[in-house]
Amino acid sequence: MSHPLVVTLDRKSAPRTLFSGDRLVTVDLPAGTRCIYPRSPLEPLKDVDAAIRYALNHPYGSEPLHAKLRPGMKVVIGIDDISLPLPPMRRPDVRERVLTVVLQMLSDHGVDDVTMIIATSVHRRMTGEEIRHIVGDRIFNAYYPNRLFNHDAEDEANMVELGKTEFGEVVELNRYAVESDLLIYVNLNLVPMDGGHKSVSVGFCGYKSLRAHHNPSTMRKCHSYMDPSSSALATSVERMGRLANKHLNVFTIETTINNRMFDRPLEFLAKNEDDLSGLEAAALKALTVTLANVPQPARQAIFQRVPSPYGVTGVFAGATEAVHEHTLSRCYEQYLVPVKGQADILVTGVPYISPYNVNSFLNPLLVQVMVNGYLFNMYKGAPLLKKGGTMIVTHPCTDQFDKEHHAPYIEFVHNLLPETRDAMELHKRFEAKFASNPAYIQAYRTGHAYHPAHPFFMWYWGEAGRQHTGRVIVVGADNEYIPKLMGWETARSMPEALEMAKDTAPPSPEITLMHMPPIVMAEVTA
Amino acid sequence: MIGASSYDLLGFFESALDRTKAPREERVAVAASYFDVDGTLVRTNLVHPTLWYLMHQRSPMRSLQKLAKAALRAPRLVLAEMQDRRIFNELLFEAYEGISHDRLMILADDAFADILKKALYPHARPLIERCRREGHDVVLISGALDFLMTRLADHLGATHVIANRLEIKDGFATGRLLRPVVAGPEKARLIREHAREHGHRLDDCFAYSDSYSDVPMLSVVGHPAAVNPDSKLERLARTYGWPVLSLDSTAT
Repeated sequence: MSHPLVVTLDRKSAPRTLFSGDRLVTVDLPAGTRCIYPRSPLEPLKDVDAAIRYALNHPYGSEPLHAKLRPGMKVVIGIDDISLPLPPMRRPDVRERVLTVVLQMLSDHGVDDVTMIIATSVHRRMTGEEIRHIVGDRIFNAYYPNRLFNHDAEDEANMVELGKTEFGEVVELNRYAVESDLLIYVNLNLVPMDGGHKSVSVGFCGYKSLRAHHNPSTMRKCHSYMDPSSSALATSVERMGRLANKHLNVFTIETTINNRMFDRPLEFLAKNEDDLSGLEAAALKALTVTLANVPQPARQAIFQRVPSPYGVTGVFAGATEAVHEHTLSRCYEQYLVPVKGQADILVTGVPYISPYNVNSFLNPLLVQVMVNGYLFNMYKGAPLLKKGGTMIVTHPCTDQFDKEHHAPYIEFVHNLLPETRDAMELHKRFEAKFASNPAYIQAYRTGHAYHPAHPFFMWYWGEAGRQHTGRVIVVGADNEYIPKLMGWETARSMPEALEMAKDTAPPSPEITLMHMPPIVMAEVTA
Repeated sequence: MIGASSYDLLGFFESALDRTKAPREERVAVAASYFDVDGTLVRTNLVHPTLWYLMHQRSPMRSLQKLAKAALRAPRLVLAEMQDRRIFNELLFEAYEGISHDRLMILADDAFADILKKALYPHARPLIERCRREGHDVVLISGALDFLMTRLADHLGATHVIANRLEIKDGFATGRLLRPVVAGPEKARLIREHAREHGHRLDDCFAYSDSYSDVPMLSVVGHPAAVNPDSKLERLARTYGWPVLSLDSTAT
């Protein structure tokens, strides 16, 4: 018998509502289609501040934080950037709550030399207001910008090479972190690929270190990103993190949240369409019509300006690996839904947000990341889609970019992808030169642009999915050019897409819908 | 125009060049980065060093006379700036008429230190260093005067200068500029010429400017970038997807 969150449609089932960027589309799926729904939000902690204090005083694999402190020591606090969580969390963000307790403890122990760094790696610099949202007014006003700032992976004077792993991976990290007496990392773990050694060894590194694992060969060996034990990327990061931890005195604080992505008025988006009340069904219809008729900036505002009411489900502190075990377990508890058998055809909506477009537009390269990268990889065990199967996704694939945040993406998509889609070739022929483009690096350092290596990493991010998936068919694309550039086919409607998919599927194919967001991960068994 | 060949002709410029690049035969520049200067690398514009020279005449009375004349010329300068950058340059540099070449040169170090060096954007030098590390020729292309630009090139590690030159007769500036006048669309032609002479493919080259008047220069290279741009250039850059940069470290 299947899990209650895996619903099989029959002829009387209501149409399903899927995200198509920042719009909603209603689709009819054939009887027999399996729909996988996200789990209900886990019950949040009743007293988060008490849980934080408890975690700091009862850490895993480490002495309590207070025992590590001595007056006059130099402490650096690393903080996860805006890519976590998605969408941003309603204030107070859990990082603000952790920082408040930690800073008080540091002050009580005579530790005044405290620097906080947003561990952006090669992501874009966060704006002052975005940092304020994460750390809160009091901390922001006291520390920003001199003692609270973004990591700069291209500030060569402030990057230190710690050594190489046995596999030759270069570990180069932010000098502040390396020269601190104690490095405290404050994480917010949204999905299982976050946190652990990734926090320090990726968050504080630069291109030299990233290219050790953010390359097509490594990415092809990730099955999946959401299962660190089966991800070559996570294994490489772990090796580098262990080397880093030999040199640094790291105290890790990880937090988990539930998947209450939508607040009350939009909560119905997470529900089985057959279970909607009359009022909820009307609200869904009204929202669908509204989104179809308002301009894009308004749609972006509806979804992105409203922070999510996530609840905190866990706070764990201590040694990196010991802490992360607990974090992973809580993450899986929230997201995993057991699914029996793989699908021949996997249907999913592509939402408006990814970790790389908070407060900006989901451009075509990021749509690719969502489809071949994140949505395909939302599994543990066997992939939800059979090898060579077809993904059907709903998205307009609009040829639009945020000109500031994604400046280097534009050239990547319009100049390089037309040359080749082959990740290996892109890696060999173009990456090194593009990644050292002085203008883009300057835009990363003093503007709010992603590093020029990032669009390559985004393409590689889809590599495991591309290697596995036979075809991708996009429903609702507003142009032919972008899907073709991505190597995808287009269909005008879901029935047309299903007909196309059946051409290469076995008779009576298994059709499965992943109903996201909120986040759901399939734990697939044969 | 002061390019590599002109450096060879002038011992002073040659000394500046020698400190900024390896001997030509050892150097294989893969591309060139062309930098406008005023407003792009430094906060100042052409007027600042001109006023500085006018204020540093051989006597206070002479300075006053020169400044008074410049003030009378101001409305024409404003109109010229609105009309054509080249006319503006020519009118502005008329202020140098009658100043001896010796004086221009003797005061050049002080003018550079007082005006340009102090006005450098904090990220100007790191950006130029990065271009050099990428193996680029770094070319300052500016409507400012050559003797100041060579000092700036020396300071920043730029390899070439394309700048305006005053006409000197009998040891004194006539107030006219030698041809070609470096401004507006002429910069684009000079860049094409420089790239051809040095074997660079324009598609591989970079150009940086703050001003809409430099769109021709930005348009001839494969990698244009708007730096601290005026609003018109910023709109254009966003439209075409050119990077928009700030070289000011105070950006948050």
